[in-house]
Amino acid sequence: MSLTTESSTNFWLTRPFSERSTQIFLGVLVAALALVTILHVAVPAGNPLHIGAYTVNLFGKYLSYALLAVAVDLVWGYLGILSLGHGAFFAIGGYAMGMYLMRQIGDRGTYGDPVLPDFMVFLNWDSLPWFWHGFDMAWFAFAMVLLAPGLLALVFGFLAFRSRVTGVYLSIITQALTFALMLAFFRNEMGFGGNNGLTDFREILGFDLRTDATRLGLFLATGVALALGFILCRAIVTSKLGRVSVATRDAEARTRFLGYRVERFQLFVFVVSAMLAGLAGALYVPQVGIINPSEFSPIFSIEIVLWVALGGRATLYGAVIGAILVNYAKTLFTGIMPDAWLFALGGLFVFVTVFLPKGVAGLLLHLKRKKRGDDDSTPTDKIQEASV
Amino acid sequence: MSFLQSLTERDRVFDFMTPQAKKVDVRHGPILYMEDVTVSFDGFKAINNLNLTIDDGELRCIIGPNGAGKTTLMDIITGKTRPNEGSVWFGSRHNLLHMNEPDIASLGIGRKFQKPTVFEALSVFENLELAMAADKRILPTLTARMTGEIKDRIDEVLETIGLAALRHQPAGILSHGQKQWLEIGMLLMQRPRLLLVDEPVAGMTEQEMERTAELLTGLAGKQSVVVVEHDMGFVRSIARQVTVLHQGSVLAEGTMNQVSMDPKVVEVYLGADDEEAA
Amino acid sequence: MRRFLSLGLLCLLLLGMTLNAQAQDAETNNPDDAAALELLEALDVDSYAAKGEAITAILQSDDERARDWLQALLDGRLQRTDDGRFVRVLDNRGRDWPVADVLTGEELGEMSRRDLERIGINNNLRNQLRSAIAVVDLYSPSVERRRTSAERLLGEVDAELVPILNDLIEQEEDDQVRYRLTQAVAIYRAEEGEMAGVEALDGSLHPRSRVALSRAANSDDPVVANAATAALTGIEQQLKINRGLETLYFGLSLGSVLVLAAIGLAITFGVMGVINMAHGELMMLGAYTTWGMQQLLPGQPGLALIVSIPAGFMVAALAGVAIERGVIQFLKGRPLETLLATFGISLILQQLVRTVISPLNRTVITPEWMSGSLVVNDALSLTLNRMVVLGFALVVFAGLMLIMRRTRLGLEVRAVTQNRAMARSMGIRATRVDIMTFALGSGVAGLAGVALSQLTNVGPNLGQNYIIDSFMVVVFGGVGNLWGTLVAGLSLGVINQVLEPWVGAVLAKIIVLVFIILFIQKRPRGLFPQKGRAAEG
Repeated sequence: MSLTTESSTNFWLTRPFSERSTQIFLGVLVAALALVTILHVAVPAGNPLHIGAYTVNLFGKYLSYALLAVAVDLVWGYLGILSLGHGAFFAIGGYAMGMYLMRQIGDRGTYGDPVLPDFMVFLNWDSLPWFWHGFDMAWFAFAMVLLAPGLLALVFGFLAFRSRVTGVYLSIITQALTFALMLAFFRNEMGFGGNNGLTDFREILGFDLRTDATRLGLFLATGVALALGFILCRAIVTSKLGRVSVATRDAEARTRFLGYRVERFQLFVFVVSAMLAGLAGALYVPQVGIINPSEFSPIFSIEIVLWVALGGRATLYGAVIGAILVNYAKTLFTGIMPDAWLFALGGLFVFVTVFLPKGVAGLLLHLKRKKRGDDDSTPTDKIQEASV
Repeated sequence: MSFLQSLTERDRVFDFMTPQAKKVDVRHGPILYMEDVTVSFDGFKAINNLNLTIDDGELRCIIGPNGAGKTTLMDIITGKTRPNEGSVWFGSRHNLLHMNEPDIASLGIGRKFQKPTVFEALSVFENLELAMAADKRILPTLTARMTGEIKDRIDEVLETIGLAALRHQPAGILSHGQKQWLEIGMLLMQRPRLLLVDEPVAGMTEQEMERTAELLTGLAGKQSVVVVEHDMGFVRSIARQVTVLHQGSVLAEGTMNQVSMDPKVVEVYLGADDEEAA
Repeated sequence: MRRFLSLGLLCLLLLGMTLNAQAQDAETNNPDDAAALELLEALDVDSYAAKGEAITAILQSDDERARDWLQALLDGRLQRTDDGRFVRVLDNRGRDWPVADVLTGEELGEMSRRDLERIGINNNLRNQLRSAIAVVDLYSPSVERRRTSAERLLGEVDAELVPILNDLIEQEEDDQVRYRLTQAVAIYRAEEGEMAGVEALDGSLHPRSRVALSRAANSDDPVVANAATAALTGIEQQLKINRGLETLYFGLSLGSVLVLAAIGLAITFGVMGVINMAHGELMMLGAYTTWGMQQLLPGQPGLALIVSIPAGFMVAALAGVAIERGVIQFLKGRPLETLLATFGISLILQQLVRTVISPLNRTVITPEWMSGSLVVNDALSLTLNRMVVLGFALVVFAGLMLIMRRTRLGLEVRAVTQNRAMARSMGIRATRVDIMTFALGSGVAGLAGVALSQLTNVGPNLGQNYIIDSFMVVVFGGVGNLWGTLVAGLSLGVINQVLEPWVGAVLAKIIVLVFIILFIQKRPRGLFPQKGRAAEG
């Protein structure tokens, strides 16, 4: 079990591939992507096994949520920082992508202005605000998808961690952060489309967003991003840095006395996580076709935490399971009885925290151990154990 | 905010501009030198005009009744608490009051807490790995590889503290005494110049205590060790020099015998518990 | 009173009117109805000039129903039926209007609006009517009516009225009416460029006074102009102070709401380290209790509100105990999980209210003794409901302080806050303290809800809007410190209100949030941190 610690003389980024759990996860993910593609493309539309473009789109959305959940699990599960503001990083990544997509509309908007997006024409603006420049170039916009949330996390985290704001306090101010951003983005003067946000996208990288092929492409791209994000996070948590994170989570002062600059480690992991969240947001936006300030709402950020809690903290794959389960349930509920969804969601929060503190992943591990009838706990297991 | 303020401080030397920390200078004798140190919490003086000098390679025991300021003393040395007045020097080159906790730790001051704190979620091996003296910046930590040399060193310490058999167990399952040893082991991995050990034998059995005494006396000479302890039998078994603290200042200093003869000491501390002193 | 009346009668002759103001009943002293009808008939002409003369004629008549006619004419309620009778419309909503005969006062039942013809007036007539009615009211025995009418005269005085008003000023017994009348005359004089008027207006904060003074400032007479400019500068200064006071008042009012919302949270957070995300919803329960009480006691909003105070406290406290026993006790020592679980509870409570009561906002009536405002001067009036809530917040705060400082429970609570393990070993039943604290904190949330129902809409989202702000107050003030919460709440309220006129409400809120985020960096334990060893734990 401590194989990862003692025999891993190999390169840190490839280390996860020697892990059984990562191998299984990647196998399942690739199989699922392939299956959906085949059922969508090769099975004729009339066949009950056929998966329509709408469903592919929906799955793509789930996968971007899953990536977001992985990002949250990285800071919560391994670093012990309960961020109630990750929705903000997700939304900022989404806005960066949205700005690119808006600029791609060009003169095909309602008002036909070649440069200004419709909402700016509507507000009688005569020129593009400075921060909109460059977003007509894909490379720049895609870089911003990572850099903008990363920068926010860097500034915020720098201020928070250096003054040792942790625990509940940190949770509250991350929540205040996303709340403040939501209020700000609701304002028209901010230049992000106010209440309505950014929408009416046409094409991405020259592909028409409304065609089934583009949708499938986005779905697969999200799947690949999830796989890469997962591997990156696994590589981090299985490195010595990951162990320092866990040490920080469980005994911050002690870690500091060992000579680690805890605040820098926290900042590093926090920024990586924020960038992954931004990437998830950027993949989410072209698939749902809109980004508006409601993504900044504190409720959404807390919901993400619930996905992770349900799936099981400090496993990373648990976060993926949780995100997909909750969002699938949400789709079901809001279709059948929309009023009951908040009851179900609220109940889930209580149920998971009280009865399922280790989440679905913990349950699976427990069952597996019971079947084997021994107590040979895995590293993941014990890392999880101390975190609850 | 204060970050900006710090930018405007003209005498500030940025981390990236300082040359690699210079070695501790002990040519003049003492490795730790505290002068006229005072700390007050809400007006209560936890440390009052304290003077203390520890020589390089010395094993020093600090005793004193509850509230004498023993733990606060350690907090000051490790940078956790800032004194209101006084100066604290490590060797004759490093002013500890100008340094933060990780800097002080990497300078070679290790501390074992009163209540053993090990990383319970990590294995015994991993605990030692994290404690090891190494480049503790982010990227080197991220890309760190496990070499044979490091492994040998960890194995060596595992042997010393007698936890080789439990190397893969999570530290959370260790007994109280084993955790104390693991902590000492972690201190050893840091290769510190000065070890601060807070109540190392609390809750230990007779045999465990003997082992710990052996461990600590074995360290002295190579490293300087400061032990804070309540257990008089244990102190007697290891101490050459003893410092008695009372109400935040040094009441007496000397060998165990000298100290226990001192009428002031007998009055405030030893006298209260004749059996233990005897 | 007698003297006043007889002198008043004397003056009325100047207008050709003799009104016995004490004679309330039109029937007792009924002059010739035919003559009255004639007066009214003169109104029903096309020419507005002729109507003006008719109004003067009515004023000059000694008919004491004149005031009612003129008022009806001004309101557009003086109408004529097909058969030529003059009626007053009692209620002009809907298709059919109830009317009353203006001569006899007899109610004639409902009539179709099509069968009625309104006596139209234009703006000139409207002004004429207003000052006429104003003067008529100045002889009313009711001080209230005299005050209103005197106030209405500001800026409406013309040359003819001045001598009448001067006489009235001499006879008037009520200081306020006299002040207003003097002011009204002064405004006229200042507008005419008279020095006396400018001098009299110095320091007056009424907007009409400023209009008059700025006109005087353009006067040809340099002495008058200079005096007026100087007076204006002084008034601006005064106004600035008053605006400052008003901002302070609004700030304190907002702050008091924040204190009410946060103080219960401060208790539960401080004592149990529990983040209760459902705190806002407990406030919501308190607000709905007020609404419910008003449904149970229709027509007595004041009584319902008073009853709601204990009721709201109990409802929220019981809900709080249920939350503590049902969920939180299983999550001891896991503050982050508690946060998530209570957030779930808040979702359930919100949805419960939406499903059981309504997703729409409910109206809670403000009792009479809380509506209206306290007029300090012409530029500053303080609304009563905010004042009551401010007072209530302070009372609740003082009450909590008493409980914490003077009762056994408070002692135990403080002991558990400082060192749970030690308190337990000294025989304090920490579980019982937890329940009591949680009940207390939740109950205070209920009280906050009762108070809020008087200031904002009562709806399912009521609590949500306050939860983040309340946390900010607790964090800003320092956990486990009630004084900190009070100072933090009030100062955040004031800061918010001070910023608002400059940057707008939303930006003000954002600035405050950012300020707190930065503040926490600097002082992670808030304004009033616990110091020393206890804080290290």
